[in-house]
Amino acid sequence: MTMNPWITHLMKRLFPPQVLLPDIIGIDIGLTVAAIAAIVFLTKTKRWGWLWREWITTVDHKKIGIMYLLAALVMLFRGGVDALMIRTQLIAPHQHFMSAQQYDEVFTTHGTVMIFFMAMPMVFALFNVAVPLMIGARDVAFPRLNAISFWLFAFGAILLNISFSIGGSPDAGWMSYPPYSELMFNPGVGENYFLLSLQVAGIGTIATGINFLVTVLRLRAPGMTLTRIPIFAWSALITSSLILFAFPPLTVALGLTMLDRIFGASFFTLGHQGMPMMYANLFWIFGHPEVYILIMPAFGVFSEVVPTFSKKPLFGYEAMVVSLLAISILSYGTWVHHFFEMGAGPGVNSFFGLSTMLIAIPTGVKMFNWIFTMWGGRIRVSVPMLWQLGFIPTFVVGGATGVMLAAVPADYQYHNSYFLIAHFHNVILGGTVFGVLSGMYYWWPKMFGWKLNERQGVWAFVFFVVGFWLTFMPQYFLGFQGMTRRMSTYPPGLGWTALNFWSTIGAYVMGVGFLIMVYNIIWSRIHPDWDTTGDPWDGRTMEWSLPSPAPEYNFARIPHVHSRDEWWEMKQEGRTDEVKISEETVHAIHMPRNTPMPVLLALAFFVGSIGMVFEWFWLAILGGLGVVAALTYGSFADYSEKEISRDTILHTEAQLGRVES
Amino acid sequence: MILKRRLIQPMLLALMLGLAVSGCGSDYTVFHPAGPVAQSELNLIVLSTVVVGIIILLIWALWAYVLIRFRDKPGNKAPYWPTWRHHRLLEVLVFIFPVVALVIIAIPTIRKTYALAHIPSAKRPPLVIDVTSLDYKWLFEYPQEHVATVNYFYMPVGRPVLFELTAHSPFGAFWVPNLGGMEYTMPNRVLPLWLEATRTGIFDGRNANFSGKDFWRMSFKAHAVPESQFQSWAQGLRQHAPRLTDADWQKLQQFTVVRASSYSSYPSNTFPERPTEFTVHGLYYTPTHKP
Repeated sequence: MTMNPWITHLMKRLFPPQVLLPDIIGIDIGLTVAAIAAIVFLTKTKRWGWLWREWITTVDHKKIGIMYLLAALVMLFRGGVDALMIRTQLIAPHQHFMSAQQYDEVFTTHGTVMIFFMAMPMVFALFNVAVPLMIGARDVAFPRLNAISFWLFAFGAILLNISFSIGGSPDAGWMSYPPYSELMFNPGVGENYFLLSLQVAGIGTIATGINFLVTVLRLRAPGMTLTRIPIFAWSALITSSLILFAFPPLTVALGLTMLDRIFGASFFTLGHQGMPMMYANLFWIFGHPEVYILIMPAFGVFSEVVPTFSKKPLFGYEAMVVSLLAISILSYGTWVHHFFEMGAGPGVNSFFGLSTMLIAIPTGVKMFNWIFTMWGGRIRVSVPMLWQLGFIPTFVVGGATGVMLAAVPADYQYHNSYFLIAHFHNVILGGTVFGVLSGMYYWWPKMFGWKLNERQGVWAFVFFVVGFWLTFMPQYFLGFQGMTRRMSTYPPGLGWTALNFWSTIGAYVMGVGFLIMVYNIIWSRIHPDWDTTGDPWDGRTMEWSLPSPAPEYNFARIPHVHSRDEWWEMKQEGRTDEVKISEETVHAIHMPRNTPMPVLLALAFFVGSIGMVFEWFWLAILGGLGVVAALTYGSFADYSEKEISRDTILHTEAQLGRVES
Repeated sequence: MILKRRLIQPMLLALMLGLAVSGCGSDYTVFHPAGPVAQSELNLIVLSTVVVGIIILLIWALWAYVLIRFRDKPGNKAPYWPTWRHHRLLEVLVFIFPVVALVIIAIPTIRKTYALAHIPSAKRPPLVIDVTSLDYKWLFEYPQEHVATVNYFYMPVGRPVLFELTAHSPFGAFWVPNLGGMEYTMPNRVLPLWLEATRTGIFDGRNANFSGKDFWRMSFKAHAVPESQFQSWAQGLRQHAPRLTDADWQKLQQFTVVRASSYSSYPSNTFPERPTEFTVHGLYYTPTHKP
């Protein structure tokens, strides 16, 4: 039997040896079966039309938020499995659960997925769900752009995730420092996947930044001045401005690496006078603000959750805003602390060490302000509050070790060791992840109309937090023993075994916590605890004045705002009937119409990216033409609104009991 | 049952051992400095740990107190201030408190950052070792002694050593925790790092930056020996070890893990001609003799 050589070549390209491992083939089969099952299910229940109309073409910020959330949870699963594989490999010396090559791929995708495809979309989910409702808006400023952002993220995520079964995964770490990420050391398509998927998702992220910047600045309800918006809206505003300035350097760094790899340029190569150090600078000029892009929304969530569950206004609102602004500005002046050891000299190192320490001041102010918000309150320990209560003692350790890392000569001993690994997991998990999970439990009823079971939520929390401490506290000590990050295994006799063992056990405990959370979601979906009031937590801000879930147009009548915590004041003064409408006050509402353009645009980007990954330029050009076509269609033919009539609104609101008789 | 006990006992043992050795075992290389650089860094680590430890404990205590006192339980007699949202003095205090803590850490940080960038001038002229990280191995060249080693090196006790670091591979990071913190090795650049041993010993060093699938095997041994022993060791190499030929150099550049080895001489083109990266003029020691 002879095969066409062209086909043989293609098969070798698509399925090189590293994607033919038994476990990967097993996952491929599992995914195929799952996909077929989903297709059969959708066809049998005749849901294709529903899927297309209600979700794929939607421009409604609430639905986009839900899609972000679900995608982020799936990615949390994927990144979490990667983490468990890493920890399983390290449970004992000389383990060969995975080959070194596969280990490198797994820690690379773990980092990339967790930062770009789990934490970022989780943050955007909460922005989408909460911000427009909080500030009294009917949607974000650019609803179609919002959908474009989501679909670019989604196809970016798909692009990275198919790499392990088609063509091979990236293996140069989530930072992908050259020259290791260059062709000389890294042939194959893995790094191309990394570059293209982040590039595609990054366009979406920048668009989201623009969107929420304009939304918060321009779409606030009358009376909702900037000093009255909830801190979460402030955090969205400031995060968006960070995105706007932080992502372009990443775009440049990825773009130049792509030119090196695909077109033979030598910006960062080992030979030809390449300057790999330049990549490190560009990457961290993006990368440091990026970690604040991740943490500030968590700060915002806690600034909503603490007052609500303490029955008290936020302590020091102005200080909270000023400290957010201070952190955002300082975050641009700290990037060199990621490489004090690259020989910048004592002057530069001192400057960046100091600027890093300065960030601890506004962060410390925030910690104290949350505690003072609880002081003199009445603390209800519901699940969202529980995550906040777990956050304070955890994050303070991460913040404190951050200050230790900023002490330059001490950092010479911590850098790239497990001390560093423990530190950044301590702040990203203990800060961002605890924050977005708190926000998820908090706004879940507003998204879906039913609450998540409390008891199961508590168990998920307990397992997750106990697992977290067990996983990462030993890693600080591993750092002092000289264990460095990214070692695919280690020899016995260095004293690393016991601590690694406990760290792995902790990771599994955290995994159980995640499974309980999934169970919690599924169980609560089957046995829904309906939120009929729209205000399940006795909330303070405007989103709780709406029914759960909010109708398509959010506010039948845009509210007039007189104070911070407007909804709380209304409840105190017995003015809650003000949110009801009557036949005289209701007007028709114009809303943007659903459109397939965003998903088609993202699909074109996806096709073009596949072309670039495999260097099939005809396909890249085809994808590029698709992008142009989608943009042209979007600009000239896809500009329409629909009107929601008075009668429809009256009918909807009457069913919700919100029409004055 | 037996199987279970077999599993549980080592687990408990491992936990107890882990707790017992934390901080005091010699495995904690960072806590066992063998020279002034590591000692100076350890002092800063201890100082900053104490300062941030106080902050951590304070916040934990406040957190626990607030949580217990202000829980929403029937019959809780703690005051309830539903409109308390400002307190000027408190807000100033929570600002000043971290500032003071940071000043305590920042001053020695800056001092040491500058101090560690100099080779102490009162000491004897430093020994120079040119370090090249290659794919999965380390090459050490002695421009003064004209010998070379792979994956181990000797240094005299009581004399500072200037490591001139470069890479013929992706980025690496040269790290001997007992002697002091790390510095990157980068292609096309030479970075300086000085270390000194004040006691004899064999210390573990390794590559601290991921550079490929076998990077975890890029460890080496640093032998700190008395000056006389160092001189006789170098003498012995010059007399008995083979030469590092161009062919050997080509071979070292391949993606391999190799054993420790020694050479009596080495070609001059194996290390960049002049250090390009002694960035702040006058601050660093400038080497006078190159091969």
